[in-house]
Amino acid sequence: MNNSQINRLKDKTFNYFGIFCTLIGLVILAFFIGSIFYDGLRRIDWDFLTSLPSRKAEKAGILTAWVGSIWIVIFTFIIVVPLGISAGIYLEEYAKKSRLSSLIEVNISNLAGVPSIIYGLLSLEIFVRLFGMGNSILAGSCTLALLVLPIVIVATREALKAVPHSIRAASYALGASKWQTVWEQVLPASFGGILTGVILAISRAVGETAPLIVIGALLYVPFTPSSPMDEFTVLPIQIFNWISRPQHEFTTNAAAAIILLLLITFIMNGVAVYFRNKWQKKINW
Amino acid sequence: MKKEKIIEGLLKFSALVTILTTVGILYVLLSESIAFFREVSIWEFITDKEWTPLFVKKHFGIMPLVAGTLLTTFIAISVALPIGITIAIYLSEYAHKRFKKIVKPLLEILAAVPTVVYGFFALTVVTPFLQSIIPSISGFNALSAGIVMGIMIIPYVSSLSEDALSAVPKELRNGSYAMGSTRLQTAFKVMVPAASSGIIVSVILAFSRAIGETMIVAIAAGQQPRLTMNPLVPIETITAYIVQVSLGDVQHNSIEYRTIFAAGITLFIFTFILNNIGFYIRKKYREQYE
Repeated sequence: MNNSQINRLKDKTFNYFGIFCTLIGLVILAFFIGSIFYDGLRRIDWDFLTSLPSRKAEKAGILTAWVGSIWIVIFTFIIVVPLGISAGIYLEEYAKKSRLSSLIEVNISNLAGVPSIIYGLLSLEIFVRLFGMGNSILAGSCTLALLVLPIVIVATREALKAVPHSIRAASYALGASKWQTVWEQVLPASFGGILTGVILAISRAVGETAPLIVIGALLYVPFTPSSPMDEFTVLPIQIFNWISRPQHEFTTNAAAAIILLLLITFIMNGVAVYFRNKWQKKINW
Repeated sequence: MKKEKIIEGLLKFSALVTILTTVGILYVLLSESIAFFREVSIWEFITDKEWTPLFVKKHFGIMPLVAGTLLTTFIAISVALPIGITIAIYLSEYAHKRFKKIVKPLLEILAAVPTVVYGFFALTVVTPFLQSIIPSISGFNALSAGIVMGIMIIPYVSSLSEDALSAVPKELRNGSYAMGSTRLQTAFKVMVPAASSGIIVSVILAFSRAIGETMIVAIAAGQQPRLTMNPLVPIETITAYIVQVSLGDVQHNSIEYRTIFAAGITLFIFTFILNNIGFYIRKKYREQYE
């Protein structure tokens, strides 16, 4: 073999190695998920969804966990959506190039890199103790809202950036004020991108465990919450609780709860990708 | 006009919430840590080789936790770095456009799976598998947690590196092909050096992500702080320690309570430095070709 043939052989080999590497992560993940379905699927039934937690694995259910997760998601949504979209609008449409606006920008990328558990420590001191919220749903939602805020802000800015300048110019030419232009023209046109960001942010919040453990979310809650000031547990914490038990029956419970958590995560991510593609196609300036 | 001003004020306040968050984080970490360092000297914190704040005989040396954190992180990076960069090169230099369009969002799934699920994988699938190869490995160990964490951060490396490779002007690639290079030679001799700053940034950010990762290590790596680089024994990371204390019943305002903030600020400093090195490199080398 001469040099050029060797090089071609190397080139070909790397091609297959590339395919191998691209697929290996996905194959391992598929294998993991397959084994979870194998372990947990038969455990999921009506009783499992509607039973309170119990010391006996076969009686335990995830009612408090998924109800808690829904409470958390609703309040996180209520807090983070107006806050994140407003901040995005301010930075993209209003802020002039100043030291403050560049400070805010650097700060947002920094916040996106802060480990989630640090947000737990922040909330433990500020929301739980200083504001006296205790380890309530409200405190948990505030924690997660701050955690996913950068995701919503960045997505909002990207979506606003994609709206061509001519739209704004046309709106001004018709005599609209700045806010009218943003509210009536720019926001509706960037709705798809913002929605994608919000769904991804909420999907991230649903799966978060560590910061909620730090603020004192409970491993064992024998009742479903009935107000935002109640103590709570969520699906990932319930899963963590069952994983930490030595008995094998609880592993089965954990697998079953993971199936539900993964379903929620995948559906949300799928919907987000769907919206992104749909809006990209539809709006053709 | 007045309404416009009020609205702008509200929007500005929302943007300032992000600054308040940072101020809050710094305030909380610093104030509790300062209280901690009034009782424990920084020298002891850095040089003591044991971390036993929850025992009767207390030692406050952070190094065992730092060692555990770095150990799992290095294992994760040695999994994610070769695979992630190979994926990036493959997708940008070899793969069909259509294949790339399908695979990229699929890879993102790896980062979207909740970490508690990865912890379950590490404990119930990977550790038993490793035990069948290395019988001496403990039920909780850094290796299993690190490998699973590595799989999780593959998309962090691959997608940022791929962006960096795509940003290299195609004249460079065509020039290399015109000289008779293969795709492999072009990739490693031309494209990767040209995109090196972006690739380095992707690795730094993945590193920072791995250091702050909590649930995988809390579930699968154990709760035994120990100053070791042996991946086969139980260890404890900074994040896992914070979880361990949060789960227990620790008196507020006690020294045990403050340890989680001292641990937290150590973690924060690590990730803060890494993130800012990443931003700095990205900013400095971004417009190299324009």
